[in-house]
Amino acid sequence: MNFYFFKLAIVLYFLGTMAHSVYLLFLKEGFLRWASGIVFFGFITHTLAFLARYLEAGYTPVTNLHESLSFFAWMIIGVLLLASIRYRIKMLGAFLTPIALILMLFALALPKEILPLAPVLRSFWHPFHVVFAFLGNAFFTLAFCCGVMYLIQEHQLKSKRMGAIGKRLPSLKVLDDLNYYSLKFGFPLLTLGIITGAVWADYAWGRYWGWDPKETWSLITWFLYAALLHQRLTVGWRGRKAALMAIFGFMTVLFTFLGVNLLLPGLHTYSNW
Amino acid sequence: MEIIVIGLNHKTASIEIRERLAFQESEIEEALRQIKAIPSIREAILLSTCNRVELYATCKEVEEAVQELKEFLSQFHQFPLERFEKNLYLLMGKEAVRHIFRVASSLDSMVVGEPQILGQIKEAYQKANESNASGVVLHRLLHRAFHVAKRVRTETKISNSAVSVSSVAVELAQRIFGTLEDRVVFLIGAGEMIELAARHLVSGGVRKILVTNRTYERAVSLAQEFQGEAIPFDEINRGLKKADIVISATNSPVPILTSEQITRVMKERKQRPIFFIDIADPRDIEPKVGGLENVYLFNIDDLQRVAYENLKDREKEAEKAEGIVGEEVERFVRWYHSLEVTPTIIALRKKFEEIRRRELEKMLSLHPELTEKERKSLEAMTSAIINKILHEPITQLKEKDEEAMADFYIDALQTLFQLPQSSERKEEEDARV
Repeated sequence: MNFYFFKLAIVLYFLGTMAHSVYLLFLKEGFLRWASGIVFFGFITHTLAFLARYLEAGYTPVTNLHESLSFFAWMIIGVLLLASIRYRIKMLGAFLTPIALILMLFALALPKEILPLAPVLRSFWHPFHVVFAFLGNAFFTLAFCCGVMYLIQEHQLKSKRMGAIGKRLPSLKVLDDLNYYSLKFGFPLLTLGIITGAVWADYAWGRYWGWDPKETWSLITWFLYAALLHQRLTVGWRGRKAALMAIFGFMTVLFTFLGVNLLLPGLHTYSNW
Repeated sequence: MEIIVIGLNHKTASIEIRERLAFQESEIEEALRQIKAIPSIREAILLSTCNRVELYATCKEVEEAVQELKEFLSQFHQFPLERFEKNLYLLMGKEAVRHIFRVASSLDSMVVGEPQILGQIKEAYQKANESNASGVVLHRLLHRAFHVAKRVRTETKISNSAVSVSSVAVELAQRIFGTLEDRVVFLIGAGEMIELAARHLVSGGVRKILVTNRTYERAVSLAQEFQGEAIPFDEINRGLKKADIVISATNSPVPILTSEQITRVMKERKQRPIFFIDIADPRDIEPKVGGLENVYLFNIDDLQRVAYENLKDREKEAEKAEGIVGEEVERFVRWYHSLEVTPTIIALRKKFEEIRRRELEKMLSLHPELTEKERKSLEAMTSAIINKILHEPITQLKEKDEEAMADFYIDALQTLFQLPQSSERKEEEDARV
């Protein structure tokens, strides 16, 4: 059942991506309404997939790579919907939906059977750790998209061109604001993710911190975003610098999430995937 | 009856002549009253803007009407006809329709795609309505013109881009700051150019204005005009620290804002973005400033280049718009034409129907032995005959797009079948509509 919803969500995200691309090409508001509607239904379906899997497995389904990728994508779309309420950025969906789609396709290719829960994951803290971490990551993804849009818009202005892309993009101010806004949410969530992770590690392995690659890289990510926030508030690292940092930070997030799992062996690779 | 356009615009007449012939808003009612009094004119609309003076009319006798309208223009403005007759253009029928559609869609404007003209035509149309000067044909024509203008606006990108230096500046500011409402504009210099640019930004939403000038009094008086704040010239950095948009146009022979100075200012601003518009010649702001982070510098040449590129884009879109206009002209002409041929077709059918009925009655009274069924068959057969005979000629008549040919056919039918005069019928038709 959960897999049926999961596949339906992929189809809807795919259609949403298409509709958003058509909107970008022709700028017809009608397509945007369709795109947003489809993505919204995708999110509902995805939510049902998550709930169904929760009921079928009997535990919060964030225990292997398939589940976490899907969860990450779910959070990204959630953040997209959240940001769309507050900011009317018409192009945001065109950036975030494909990212969620790629994560979903990746998840689709991985083993997705529901297995008995590994003893190490049987903890009250583990689901909190994962939810905080991924919700934070989703906000960093939003910051990343804003960073990319910012660089494009800024490049157009600096090169004194009024290209078609620049006209479709939001203003620099809105992009920079949203970048900051995502960090304001993302950073505390990442912090909570790391803290709950440490608490869980204490239950699971009897120590809070063990310099396992995942832990190390999370800390690097944390320092990176902490530095960005600090510089922003004190010496005004905004605009281009903030955009570049958000992009760089997102790369680190991706590496912490995927790179470490796939390349560096450690405690977080409790299952083969 | 013929649709005519007579008038002059920025392409055919100098500003002096246009001004001489322009109608004040208060004069329009009286002008329409005088036009209506001209016997050959049936309907009229008067459009007077700073770029054009045009009369749209329908009339019976074109030559007579044109002569009288010309004399009206001359008399009304106390301006001898020979002084402006060569500047006038006269369009008739299909070309008149096309012209009106093009004007409404802003394809005939000085700056193609600027949307003000549509509002001006709407106003002219409303005035004509209030004075009862317009009638069925111009009603329909103007409504079609508004429809065409709407199609052009939504189906092409003709009005999408800024094509004047000031509107480019406003658009750029919006791309940097989003809405301009909470932005602060700092004017360095107090000349005419500065004032104009500031006015555009204010209409773009800017509320707070700071002004500085070497002669402080000038700064104060300009600041008063915008309810802004004047800053002494040696405190220029104070303004730079507060401002989001800086417009500079002084007569200084050397740049007054250097890269080092702006770097310092940016630090004090905590890198809040700033948009410089340098409209001075020679430049007021060192070009290097544009390379600083969070600083956007555009000089007058940059703005003009962007405006020019946008204008080129517009011209491309204008071609698409001409296609739409062409389509709509055809559609209107077909409707207008049906207005002319319909009465003739009705008269023709009526004539044939009368003949049929008379002959049928004669025949039936001679043959009382016919059964009900046979009578019905005869009825049906005779009807079928006249329908078949009339089918081809009527289709041909309806499809005659060229007015001259249609008139020729209508005349021929009226003479050959001795139909009643169509102009009378048309009057009835008009009254009915």
